[in-house]
Amino acid sequence: MKELVETLAKALVDDVEEVKVTSREENDVLILELHVASPDMGKIIGKQGRIARAIRTVVRAAAVRKDKKVIVDIVQ
Amino acid sequence: MKSIEISARSVEEAVKMALEELQMKENEVNVEVLEEPSKGFLGILGSKMARVKVTEKVDPLKNTRKFLEDIAEKMGVIVDVVVKPEKGGYITMELVGDDLGILIGRRGDTLDALQYLANLVANKNNLGARLKIILDAENYRARREETLIKLAVRMADKVKKTGRKIVLEPMNPQERRIIHTALQHEDQIDTLSEGEEPFRKVVISLKS
Repeated sequence: MKELVETLAKALVDDVEEVKVTSREENDVLILELHVASPDMGKIIGKQGRIARAIRTVVRAAAVRKDKKVIVDIVQ
Repeated sequence: MKSIEISARSVEEAVKMALEELQMKENEVNVEVLEEPSKGFLGILGSKMARVKVTEKVDPLKNTRKFLEDIAEKMGVIVDVVVKPEKGGYITMELVGDDLGILIGRRGDTLDALQYLANLVANKNNLGARLKIILDAENYRARREETLIKLAVRMADKVKKTGRKIVLEPMNPQERRIIHTALQHEDQIDTLSEGEEPFRKVVISLKS
């Protein structure tokens, strides 16, 4: 899951080195925190959060197979 | 994107060294001459080496294909991405593999999300004309179009019978266009879209 978010983010940003994903579990929910360089924030959020929504849709689809609840958080 | 800067006595030599280093052929790279060589006085004083920057050419379609294959693999599905020739300004990329339901999702929402992301990847660092990519899997696009046309005709019949308008569920622009097109020759029926993306809906009503 973590790698999926990493691969998605790296394909979209300019500063690949700054892409970091941390994961933790809280009450059976997997929380993935995505961090990118600040000039790249727009590239993973998009107009009206459209890119972030697409990322979450893809991650959610992958989670269904693993029967897990996943939340993707984009952090500064 | 691999890139390298190399100095040598001549531009040709520098490029040759760079290609060897990158293990690429001349047609796979862009060459930028940073400094022309100069002989200097008597071939000794002030002579300058040639300096070139050799950068891997980005092939947006190849990149996008690799992106989709990587993502699918991380989602637990092995796919092959077949790139179809351009048609009407659109390039269709077809995901081929077993059990692709997970990549399509409910009403194609995962396929649409992947398509949106694939378009971003294809047009990132792309200096040429904007590429428009349609993503398909298991012939989903054609099947969905057929379903939507049937739905449109059925709902239009209902509107004609009852005289009351029908609001369809939210659809993306491509799907709404299929509905509008399917009913444009119905002389008793009007269609329009209302609401804001991504919740815009088609309304089918009697022509007033």
